Amino acid sequence: MTSVAVIGAGVAGLTVASVLAERGAAVSVVDRSPGLGPDQCSWYAGGMLAPWCERENAEAEVVALGMGAADFWAARVPGVVRRGSLVIAPARDSGELRRFARRTENYDWLDREGIDELEPALEGRFQRALLFREEAHLDPRRALSALVGSLEAAGVEVRYGTEAVPDAEWTVDCRGLAAMDRLPELRGVKGEMLYIRSPEVALRRTVRLIHPRIPIYLVPRGDGVYMLGATTIENDERRRITARSMVELLSAVYALHPAFGEAEVVEIGTDARPAFPDNLPRLVRDGRRLHVNGLYRHGFLLAPAMAVRAADIVFGEGTAP
Amino acid sequence: MDFYGFEPSSRLFLGTAQYPSPAVLGEAIRASGAEVVTVSLRRESGAARAGQGFWELIRSLGVRVLPNTAGCHSVREAVTTAEMAREVFETDWIKLEVIGEDDTLQPDVFGLVEAARILSESGFRVFPYTTGDLVVAERLLQAGCEVLMPWGAPIGSGRGLNNVFALRAMRAHFPDVPLVVDAGIGLPSHAAAAMELGYDAVLLNTAVAKAGDPARMAAAFAQAVEAGRAAREADPMEPRDMARPSTPVIGRAVLGDA
Repeated sequence: MTSVAVIGAGVAGLTVASVLAERGAAVSVVDRSPGLGPDQCSWYAGGMLAPWCERENAEAEVVALGMGAADFWAARVPGVVRRGSLVIAPARDSGELRRFARRTENYDWLDREGIDELEPALEGRFQRALLFREEAHLDPRRALSALVGSLEAAGVEVRYGTEAVPDAEWTVDCRGLAAMDRLPELRGVKGEMLYIRSPEVALRRTVRLIHPRIPIYLVPRGDGVYMLGATTIENDERRRITARSMVELLSAVYALHPAFGEAEVVEIGTDARPAFPDNLPRLVRDGRRLHVNGLYRHGFLLAPAMAVRAADIVFGEGTAP
Repeated sequence: MDFYGFEPSSRLFLGTAQYPSPAVLGEAIRASGAEVVTVSLRRESGAARAGQGFWELIRSLGVRVLPNTAGCHSVREAVTTAEMAREVFETDWIKLEVIGEDDTLQPDVFGLVEAARILSESGFRVFPYTTGDLVVAERLLQAGCEVLMPWGAPIGSGRGLNNVFALRAMRAHFPDVPLVVDAGIGLPSHAAAAMELGYDAVLLNTAVAKAGDPARMAAAFAQAVEAGRAAREADPMEPRDMARPSTPVIGRAVLGDA
């Protein structure tokens, strides 16, 4: 039986551990943080499984790697919502919506009636939208916790608060930004987000508002709670949200619906995403150590495909590029 | 024509924001042939040096960095940002932006002149982002600027040269000052038009960064800037109202009954 030590219990590490365990490896997971929570940058993820939308600002590889993510997650964790994602723009930015459409595929154009039927909360507010029917979202915190639960049920030990890596034939390093000590090309890209509660506005799917300066997305978490994200700033600072970022996020969501002006700010979160210079994920092999890193803004979208590739290498069926 | 003693081989200056990734940015800069790139410094990241990773990438491209004070709304903010940029990028060059209005990102020309004076006095080489106003331009030169960068159109709008009259007047008024059209350029034809007006360079960002294929668009801009510059140097014809046959009529065969 192949033994594997996975370092890092964020979305990359837990996904790798799950795939390896499913394929019969003896897996253990260690993470230096005290537990599943705000020390992992996956904690702050949007949880959008939206490969076609991402193409607007990402390489084609992101679509190819992310297409199977919704199926992967739906088979393993509760709460995967498959209602598509809706992309809208204020009337004065309708040119930006056309540009978004030119850069992406696998969507339908909706008119005002179409939008109102799909999301009654937005009734009358927008004239045109793109609906990416095959896209989905999940709640990252629920999903990670479910993965830990199923790993433990399968006999995989997930140990927090330690950096001691158990002896194993393979080590899969999923430390994210902390792996800069071995992957000098990694950099941090700061993201800031808010959780807001607004029971007055009932959205059923992920909504992206296009704006030339402040594009935002809103992912429903249920009970009127939404994750509102996210900034993308070229620095690796992890723990400070600026007033400017908050003002921009909130004024953009207010443009989506004025009722959000009454929303309760439930949580403020910020962390740095690990990224390589091309903003694409990488498998890096160094003997019997395998790095899975650089998931950037696409943790939950790309982790499944990367985990399968990592497992293929461990089981001798694949090669690292 | 030189910019504070530096004579770039390319007259295309490129901004570094909004690219899909640093790798794409690198490709675009290489394809553009640009030797001068602007980098904006978020004030919050300066002190902690938190943007180090990105700045290292820019430095590794081997281009000259023109830090900018993008997003600054006051003289003090702009001066502080410039000082931070000097320390981080080890250059006394600064593209000076003092924004006066958020929807148009129009420069606050009063604050601009004031900040230009303060910075020039403390040894900065200032590249001011200004309007087409000749009096403001004059004041900027008095404040110590040796380069002027009038806008083509509002930042990020891609509208091209909104006021050709003002740009032409500025060129005529300041024949010996290096002039750069900064902001508003959306298409290579806009850049070519600026160069045909006799501008010394163009500075743009969004038109390349937000193109579907940034490297290809960067190459297109490089060609346009070359073309516009060559046309200017070749002394173009004057436009006329009436047609003038391009084929002479003397010696034309006479057809008919004769």
